[in-house]
Amino acid sequence: MALLEAENLCQRFGGLVALDRVSFQVKEGCIKAIIGPNGAGKTTLFNLVSGIFPPTAGRIRFNGTETTGLKPYQIAALGVARTFQNVSLFLHMTVLENVMVGRHLRTRHGVLGCALRWPGQRREERALRESARAQLDGVGLADRAGVPAGSLSFGQRRMIELARALATEPKLLLLDEPASGLNMKETDDLAGRIREIRDRGVTVLLVEHDMSLVMDISDDILALHFGTTITEGPPAQIQNDPKVIAVYLGEHRHVASG
Amino acid sequence: MKSRSALQVLLVAAGVVLIQLGVSAAGKTYYLTQLTMAVYYAIVVMGLSLLMGYAGQVSLGHGAFFALGGFLSAFLTTHNFAALKSAAWASTLQKLGVLASRKNLYDGSELLTVTPWAAFGAAMLLTLVVATVIGYPSLRLKGHYLAMATLGFGLIIYRILLGTPQLGAADGITGVPAWSLGFGLSVSGKSALRVQNYYIACAVALVVLALLVNLVNSRIGRALRAVHGGELAANTMGINTARLKLQAFVASAVLAAAAGSFLTHFNEGIGPSEASALKSVRYVALVAAGGMANLPGALIVSTLLTFLSLRGWFGTYDSAVFGLILIVIVSLAPDGPLKPIGRWVQMWRGWLLGRKEARHGAA
Repeated sequence: MALLEAENLCQRFGGLVALDRVSFQVKEGCIKAIIGPNGAGKTTLFNLVSGIFPPTAGRIRFNGTETTGLKPYQIAALGVARTFQNVSLFLHMTVLENVMVGRHLRTRHGVLGCALRWPGQRREERALRESARAQLDGVGLADRAGVPAGSLSFGQRRMIELARALATEPKLLLLDEPASGLNMKETDDLAGRIREIRDRGVTVLLVEHDMSLVMDISDDILALHFGTTITEGPPAQIQNDPKVIAVYLGEHRHVASG
Repeated sequence: MKSRSALQVLLVAAGVVLIQLGVSAAGKTYYLTQLTMAVYYAIVVMGLSLLMGYAGQVSLGHGAFFALGGFLSAFLTTHNFAALKSAAWASTLQKLGVLASRKNLYDGSELLTVTPWAAFGAAMLLTLVVATVIGYPSLRLKGHYLAMATLGFGLIIYRILLGTPQLGAADGITGVPAWSLGFGLSVSGKSALRVQNYYIACAVALVVLALLVNLVNSRIGRALRAVHGGELAANTMGINTARLKLQAFVASAVLAAAAGSFLTHFNEGIGPSEASALKSVRYVALVAAGGMANLPGALIVSTLLTFLSLRGWFGTYDSAVFGLILIVIVSLAPDGPLKPIGRWVQMWRGWLLGRKEARHGAA
């Protein structure tokens, strides 16, 4: 069964059509990539899936639940976590605190319980701190736990953002250009890490421009252009698809006339 | 960790006692009156610090919430409900301790008024409702809509208080009775109870401080700071940002109203100027002076500055001084004055220790 199903998604911003009747599915336990040139609608698609804004038309179902029109926090509670293209950490908080925020959904004490420090709340807080530390360990940044997130390098920030997303224990992880700004070594590490995440049972949907990374790790690819689907399939098929090649390299006719 | 917080509590308690002993020994116990008032005002500032420093939202109506608590307490405990005495529910309320009869201080006539505890409860409840009504629409949006909504609210409350004869119009309400808290303690302005009231105010303020410090160091506090740092990212982490901001705002407003109730009983009255926009802006300035997201700083700095203001140090420039403080803090020391001072101390200590070590190394 598909974990995520999108049906005829349309998104218009004023007169601009960002997405036009895009449908796709993400199967549970796989890595799916969305590719396409700038302005193809990839990030818009992510924003619809994570509920940043509702689609103009169309429906999204996650894990059998209709999520169209739900708020981001409600979709997160169903098991969807995401990272952002330009990394959105809480810069004035420490690295550990950032990851601890990711545990918000997995903890439950409210304003009163926290203000009064009920015994259960203290236990929960300790467990929360430990699991956040473990998550930091997982991305190899445990030694930076106490420093403000704003003092990290860009590559490290990406890893913290990933750790924070994983701390929510998602079923589906959305990665928005996870390799942008990373060097080759870091990109290599990232590929291994994304596979590891999938092998642990988390389904991954990513937007990425680095084609070697996409072809390397994806089980399935959706190619978009100007808000419409060009084709969909496994990497080998996408690589040889004339329409994809035309979009990326330009068609002969266009080159001649331009 | 535990011994450290115990030590802190001990230090703070020692400080509170030392101030009282020092002031009494110097024969200036009347200072305690202004200190007590300043401590109650500091509760408003701590609550506002939660909202501004942690949740990143500004309220320009906290003076009005203070007045809401104060005026409801004052009105209910002074208004004579004797006309309703015959009603069946009046006697039920009397049995429940909501209404009580007492002697009028001036002419010895019988008064039927709401008891201070019940009035306090009513004030808290009203503030809860009002703050929710104001906060709900404006906190669903991103940006500083709350500041505008609360500014409007404050102006309305101020005008209502000035224009309502039942609430004393420009004179406000006087003759508010003492509030006996139990255990032989009562919030009252009698000079014989000055020392006791100083301790009551300090105890209330420190309990509020402890609760707020616990809160900001918990998942709720982290979530609040996350909302401040990036609302969208916080939302995608599963935080219901609109609800959380509303909770912080309501808690902050309720604290302001509670301080208003306490101070009204202590002062035995309240005037409409408490709800003025100048007062609200002063609270904002004090939060900034305390270091925005620094609760102990808010308590200490606010108590000190308000005390000086109440003693008349700033003369006719009183409000101007607070405006100046706001400008200076925001432009020169956005973390408040305490953190830079702490850094200087660290720096000097490091420098001195470094020299000592260098000498030892050379020898």
